[in-house]
Amino acid sequence: MKKRTHGFQVLLPLSVLAILILINLIKGADYFSVTLINGALYGNIPNILFGASELVILAIGMTLVTSSSGGQDISVGVAATISSSVFVRVLLGSASITWTTILVAFLISCLVGIVIGAFNGSLVAMFNVQPMVATLILFTAGRSIAFLIDGRLSPILANDLTSQIGSVIPGVPIQTPIILTAVFIAVVAVFLKATNLRLYSEAVGINPRAARLNGIDPVRIKLLTYMILGVCTAVAGFIAVTKAGRHDSVNLLKFCEMDAILAVAIGGNPLGGGRFSVSGSIIGAYTIEVLNRTLLRLEVDPETIKAFKAVFILVLMVVSSPVVRAYAAKGVARLRARLDATVAKKPRDPEREEA
Amino acid sequence: MSSQSRLTKVFCTALVLLVAFAGSVSAQGSLIRVGIVNLPPEESGYRQANVEDMNAVFSRANGYDMKQTNTGDNSEQIAAAQGYIRDGVKYLLISAANASGWDNVLKAAKTAGVTVFLFDRLIQTDASNYKAALVSDMAAEGTTAVNWLLSQKLPAYNVILIRGQMGSAAELGRSSALLKARDSGKVKIVADGTGGDSWSPEEARKVVEAAIAAGKDFNVIYAQNDGMAQGAVQALDAAGISHGKNGKVKIIGFDFNRFALRNVQAGYWDCDIQCSPRQAAEISGWIKTLESGKKSPTGIVYQKEIYADTATITDELILSKGINADPGKGVITK
Repeated sequence: MKKRTHGFQVLLPLSVLAILILINLIKGADYFSVTLINGALYGNIPNILFGASELVILAIGMTLVTSSSGGQDISVGVAATISSSVFVRVLLGSASITWTTILVAFLISCLVGIVIGAFNGSLVAMFNVQPMVATLILFTAGRSIAFLIDGRLSPILANDLTSQIGSVIPGVPIQTPIILTAVFIAVVAVFLKATNLRLYSEAVGINPRAARLNGIDPVRIKLLTYMILGVCTAVAGFIAVTKAGRHDSVNLLKFCEMDAILAVAIGGNPLGGGRFSVSGSIIGAYTIEVLNRTLLRLEVDPETIKAFKAVFILVLMVVSSPVVRAYAAKGVARLRARLDATVAKKPRDPEREEA
Repeated sequence: MSSQSRLTKVFCTALVLLVAFAGSVSAQGSLIRVGIVNLPPEESGYRQANVEDMNAVFSRANGYDMKQTNTGDNSEQIAAAQGYIRDGVKYLLISAANASGWDNVLKAAKTAGVTVFLFDRLIQTDASNYKAALVSDMAAEGTTAVNWLLSQKLPAYNVILIRGQMGSAAELGRSSALLKARDSGKVKIVADGTGGDSWSPEEARKVVEAAIAAGKDFNVIYAQNDGMAQGAVQALDAAGISHGKNGKVKIIGFDFNRFALRNVQAGYWDCDIQCSPRQAAEISGWIKTLESGKKSPTGIVYQKEIYADTATITDELILSKGINADPGKGVITK
C-alpha cells in the first residue's frame, strides 16, 4: 500500500513532465537535439538543467523542512541572497581570486546559511512559531541586510573563475551549475541513505509527541532540517550569484521561494508534514522550469503568461489533491473489483448474477 | 525646602537654556526647511543613487535644513508628509510609493502654504495640488533607443523585445516607441517576452533561449533594463551567437548601470539609455529661484536623459552619470 501511493507521488509530476515535453516535441521535433558550442553541450535539455539548478537545490531543502515541521520556509530566496552577499564580500575582500579563496568564501557563506537556518529553525522548533510566520521575519527584512553587506551597491564579480562556475569551465563539456546540482543531489541521496534523518524527520512530522516518546527529540530534528535548508540556500545563492556575475540584493532569486514550495507540492509531498519524496520535489522543480519554457516556446503573450501558468498549476493541484486522489483510488478499486468479478463469473450469465 | 528651591533653580536654568536653544534655531532661519519623503535606498540601485543625490544637494552647506523619511509603505509616507507639514517645512519633496491616496495630505500642504514638488514618481491627483513634478520620460527613453537603433542603418531589424514588469510606467513607456516603429513597418518584433515583476535576468535569458530554440532570426535585443540585457547576452554567449560592436546582434539596455556602461565601452554591448535618479540639483534650482522671488516651472517637467553607445561613451560619463558599482575600465560583466 505504501509503495503504491509513493509510486503515484512521482508518477503524477512525471506524467505532467511528459505532457509538457510532448507539447514541445510537437512544436519542434528537434527538442532533444544537443550540439557542442564553444566546447559545451547546448540544447533544450542542458538549458532546462542549467536554468532549474537553484530551484532544484532549494526544493530539496524545502522538502525536508516541510516533512519535519509541517510548514514552509518562505525566506529561502532572501537567505540565499544574504549568504551570497557574504560570499561576494569575502571574495572581493581577499587579496586575489583563486580556486582556494572561492572555496573559502563559499564555505563561509555556507556557515552563514546554517546560522540563518538555525535562526529560523529555533523559532519554529523551540518557540513553536508557525514556519511561515517565523520565516516572514527574514522574508521582509533580509534583503535590506544583504543590501548593507553589499555596501549599498551591487558589487560586480567580473572575473574568469567565478564566471566559469556560472557558465562553463574550459575543457568540461557540461555547464558548471548542472554539475554542481548533480553533485548536490548525490550528496543528499547518500546522506539520506546513510543516516536515519528520513525516518526521524517523518516521525516528527507525523506526530512529534509519539516521536518524543520513542526517543527522537523533535526540537533537534526540526532544527537540523532547517540548518540543512540553510546549506541548500547557500549553495543556491552561490550558483545564482556566479551565474549573474554581480550581486543584486534587490532581485537575486526573487519570488523563488514560491516556486520552491510549488515544486514540493507538485512532487506530491503533503505540505502538512510527514512522509516525503525528495525525488518528487526534484521532478517538480524541473516541471516548473519546463512549464515556464514551454509557455515561452508557445509564444504566449507576456500579458497573459502568468495567467496561463496559474491555470495550469491550478489544474495540476486539483488533480493531485487528496480528494481527487482518493476518488481516483476508489474508482480504480471498484473497476478492479468489477473486472475480477467478471473474470470469475465469465462462464456464467452476468445478468442473472446481478439479481 | 532647600531641595525644592534647587529644583526650581534647575528648572529655570533648563527653561533659559531651552529658550536660548530655540533662539539659536530661529537664528538659523536663513536655512531653507525641506522635508523629503522618499522610498528606501535598498529598493534598488536607482534609489540608492537617488537618496545619495538628495543628501548631497540638500545639505546644510547648500543652505538647507533637510529632514527625510525613507519607506516603501504608502501610509507611512503619508504620515511622514503630514508630520513635515505640522513641523512647518517650507518645501515638501515626495516620491510616492503608491500613486493614489495623497489628495488630503497634498491639500493640507496647500492650506499650510507648503510648496510641494514630486520627483521620480507621479501621483494621481489634480495638478493644482502640487507645484511641479520632475520625472523621467519613459516614452522619450524608448524613442531615444529606437532612434539610435534606426540610425544604425541595419539591412533589417529583427528585434527580440524583453519587457520589464508588465504595466509599469517604465515598461509602457519603453515599449511604446518600439511598438510604434513596428506598426509603421520600420522594425519587426520576432519575439516578445518579459522578465516579470522582478525584471529578472534569468527570465530574459529564457526568452532568448526560447527564440533560439524556435529557430528565430534576430539581430537586435531590446531589453528594458540592464539586468535583462545581461541575461539575454548570456543566452547568446552560450549559443555561440556574436553580439556587440562587431557582432551580429545589437544589444540595447536601459538604466545606466556602471557595469552596463563598461560593457558598452568594451564593445560587448552596443547602447545603453539613461534613466537618471539625480533630480535634486534641478529641484534645488527651482527652490532657489522661488526664494529669490522669481517664478519656477509648474506641472510635469521631464528630465533630460541621454544615451551612450560604443562611439560616445567616456570614462567621465560612466563615473558621473552611472549608478551602482563600477567594475573598472575594460572589465566585462558577462
